[in-house]
Amino acid sequence: MTDAAVHPSVPETTDEVVLYAKGLKKKYGHVTAIADADFQLCANEVLAVIGDNGAGKSSLIKAITGALAPDEGTVFLKGQRVHFKNPLDARLAGIETVYQELAVCPELDIAANMFLGRERRRPGWRGGLLRGLDKAAMRKEAADHMEELGIRVQSITQRVETLSGGQRQAVAVARAAAWATNVVIMDEPTAALGVRETGQVLDLILRVKARGLPVVLISHSMPEVFQVADRIHIHRLGRREAVVDPAMASMRDVVAVMTGALAGSELPSALKAGPGS
Amino acid sequence: MTDPKGSVDRLRGFLTTQVAGPLAALLVAIVVFSATTDTFLNPANFSLMLQQSVVIGTLAIGQTLIILTAGIDLANGAIMVLGTIVIAQFALDGNIVLGLMLGMLACAAAGALNGMIVAKWKLPPFIVTLGTLTVLTATARLMTDSQSLPVERGLLTVMGQGFSVAGFTVSWGVVTWLALTAGFAYALGRTAWGTHVYAVGDSPNAAKLNGIKVDRVLFSVYVVAGLVYAVGAWLAMGRTPIADPSAYQTANLDSITAVVIGGTSLFGGRGGVVGTLIGTLIVVVLQNGLTQAGINSLYQQIATGALVVVAVLVDQIIRRKDR
Ligand SMILES: Nc1ncnc2c1ncn2[C@@H]1O[C@H](COP(=O)(O)OP(=O)(O)OP(=O)(O)O)[C@@H](O)[C@H]1O
Ligand SMILES: [Mg+2]
Repeated sequence: MTDAAVHPSVPETTDEVVLYAKGLKKKYGHVTAIADADFQLCANEVLAVIGDNGAGKSSLIKAITGALAPDEGTVFLKGQRVHFKNPLDARLAGIETVYQELAVCPELDIAANMFLGRERRRPGWRGGLLRGLDKAAMRKEAADHMEELGIRVQSITQRVETLSGGQRQAVAVARAAAWATNVVIMDEPTAALGVRETGQVLDLILRVKARGLPVVLISHSMPEVFQVADRIHIHRLGRREAVVDPAMASMRDVVAVMTGALAGSELPSALKAGPGS
Repeated sequence: MTDPKGSVDRLRGFLTTQVAGPLAALLVAIVVFSATTDTFLNPANFSLMLQQSVVIGTLAIGQTLIILTAGIDLANGAIMVLGTIVIAQFALDGNIVLGLMLGMLACAAAGALNGMIVAKWKLPPFIVTLGTLTVLTATARLMTDSQSLPVERGLLTVMGQGFSVAGFTVSWGVVTWLALTAGFAYALGRTAWGTHVYAVGDSPNAAKLNGIKVDRVLFSVYVVAGLVYAVGAWLAMGRTPIADPSAYQTANLDSITAVVIGGTSLFGGRGGVVGTLIGTLIVVVLQNGLTQAGINSLYQQIATGALVVVAVLVDQIIRRKDR
């Protein structure tokens, strides 16, 4: 029986499904990081991905976004099979990711980091012939994005090295939100943040969603997940164990599945949301 | 976005750059030698010091690019010497322009070989360039039977000629060196390529996750450095009009010294060619000044060596403070 047969409301590939992955596998030597994992992200939703340390959450989104090559499995974006060979391919397809290791260059300033890999050149011959960067424009835009997120920094030309861990995280989050046109994926974006900054990131997630983009949020914080998620993907031992509806399931149910106290298949179907449940 | 605030920012930015320290050291050295010797402070001596700086200074530009990517180039002197040999050999047959072009090509190819091995096969630059250093040095000797080739005066030695302004003799070599420095300061600071060079040296993983083609950037850096070494070959023939396969044997370490004293971090991602220009001048001023002061040249080497350690120490301290 296929997932679609169980949950006809959320079939595998319709206009509703933005990002879809099936049968992903990845082994590092003897360590299985992804064990036949499926993934589905629908339009206009915030999908939380939760799981214990080492469950394979980061590996899953890396495999989907081209940051690591899965041994097996297929990925679809809006119904089209995609082969992201590197993160750039995914970015060009409108998928922006905040990786857990943040992917910022400490020696570069905030503006340069925001525009890293897609720098803007000056108009005219100074940008054409001389390939000159339009630093003023990039700084202004970077400052706007930071402000939009409510992140305070002394100067947009500050090197990222001089920022606090939370501020660095904010830079990465602002960058992803600013550039995405299809999907935003955030791997523990609030891990180093204080209460106020966490609130701002959650606000931002909802704003991105309001813009019409689905968001994948990997998090260890249950309150946070229940606050913003429309569905919760529970990852365990490299696989999707269940997808639950936070409106129906309790934190206790979710933790039980996450820790293996309860198998995904033992969950009452009323708590489930979509395929893989 | 008010202008005064911008320029204050820029001033503060400049004072906190790596350039400020080396520049201060250079100025102190100049002041001290001017005060303690009669012969240091005069146009002829300054002209001479600039002349003495150009070859190592130019090699150090290429070295800077590579060190910014957290690499190191032990072969740059050997690549340059190979360049002089290729140029001189073709010039002997009367093909001066062809010789210059083939010299460029040879240096670029040698850089490409290093870059290829470093970028594609991910071998450590130290080992790779140690290998090519040995291979290229032997190749150059084989090409000339370990003999020096004469270099005909004219286009090939033009870099040693120049003009006078206000009592200073400025050679075309010095002009070329300064122009290269300015050009690479622009390329590193104001173009996407430069940003990517810093990013790759700083954090290759972050660069990759941001869609930068790390191996392409690395490869380009080694090729561009090779071309810079070719210019160095031309400058070297302007200094001494022969192509000697066993010349410039310590040029690799001398250029690294200049880069490090100029404030570029051996860990990559931090520094630049303006610092390297200053670093090169510091070494030459120190040698020249200590000579004028009648101090044994072995003490000059001790001073230079101590400066290298100080420079690396400063870099470490900056890093520890920031992280
Ligand atoms: N580059 C790698 N080499 C070897 N093993 C790896 C590598 N990356 C991940 N793993 C292993 O794969 C498994 C899954 O790791 P992953 O980082 O995806 O987990 P995670 O769910 O994101 O954990 P966390 O919540 O701690 O971030 C772990 O056992 C980890 O040790
Ligand atoms: Mg993780």
